[in-house]
Amino acid sequence: MSEHIVSVKIYVAIFLTLIVMTGVTAGVAFIDLSRNIGGHVVNFNPVVALAIAIFKATLVILFFMHVKYSSRLTKVVVGVGLFFLLILLSLTMTDYLSRALLTSPGAQ
Amino acid sequence: MSNPTVVVHDAPEHAAHHPMLQHHFDNMEQQKEASSLGMWIFLITEIMFFGGMFAAYLVYRYWFYNEFAWGSTSLNIWLGGINTVVLICSSLTMAMAVHAAQLGMRKLLISFLLLTLGLGFVFLGIKAIEYTDKYKEHHIPGQHFHFGEVKMIDGSTVDVEHKVDQRHAQIFFSLYFALTGMHAMHMIIGAGLLTTLIIMAWKGKFSATYYTPVENIGLYWHFVDIVWIFLFPLLYLISRIHIK
Repeated sequence: MSEHIVSVKIYVAIFLTLIVMTGVTAGVAFIDLSRNIGGHVVNFNPVVALAIAIFKATLVILFFMHVKYSSRLTKVVVGVGLFFLLILLSLTMTDYLSRALLTSPGAQ
Repeated sequence: MSNPTVVVHDAPEHAAHHPMLQHHFDNMEQQKEASSLGMWIFLITEIMFFGGMFAAYLVYRYWFYNEFAWGSTSLNIWLGGINTVVLICSSLTMAMAVHAAQLGMRKLLISFLLLTLGLGFVFLGIKAIEYTDKYKEHHIPGQHFHFGEVKMIDGSTVDVEHKVDQRHAQIFFSLYFALTGMHAMHMIIGAGLLTTLIIMAWKGKFSATYYTPVENIGLYWHFVDIVWIFLFPLLYLISRIHIK
């Protein structure tokens, strides 16, 4: 596998996207994204903010950290690492989010 | 010792290889690949380390939402936002430093490394201003903690003294200082690593065929940037409009 040299154009395009998305995420923070879904008010602000953050992080990982151009081994290792992070966060939250359900009789 | 065979190192091949090639690797490419893999494994341990703190943040935000919303609102969104831009700029200059290294351009490499280091110090300087403000406002957890007035973005102030549980508010600020403090410590370590790289580049240690340390410290620097990409919305943004 020969060394892949990413062009300066791509770096600058990624950089500009990251700056624009930073502005978007800061602006959206002041708009109320709560929606009434089936009688429950669901707040979409954290969802949008985290989706933007994940998008930005993905760009950094793929282009600035060259994962897009790396060997398959590196890609698998990065993927496995993120999968373990997902296990850490999701299993922790399944516990804490469900405690109220299990301890209060008749709770929904 | 039933088998007295002695393996003699292949002398001519030994003399021909790249001066930076270590003997346990076949060639420069394999060496670079192994080195990059090792760096990624290290970064995964870092992801899990920060992941634990993010998990703590999620659990306490779920429990003490009101205090987290007010605590988040008390942070200076302008300084946080400027710092986000500064870090993204430093990620670009770091990527450009690796680019210069790949092309074997020594002066350009040193320039971009110096720019990255400079932006790193700008970030830490702004962080120091934020910490000073928090100190003056008595928002540092401990004996003198007091979560009273919150400055809103429009310049007005809101007295939250009786709107929040002071102990729960301390948990928000403990997590704020733990997360941003660990992040800042990584920046300080990164500044040390960059300084080392600048000295090595100055001495002409890198070439288009050998620049692994630049590449790997670049990975570290981008990782620290990614942590901030998540810290900024989680700490500064997501609870702004849902305060009661």
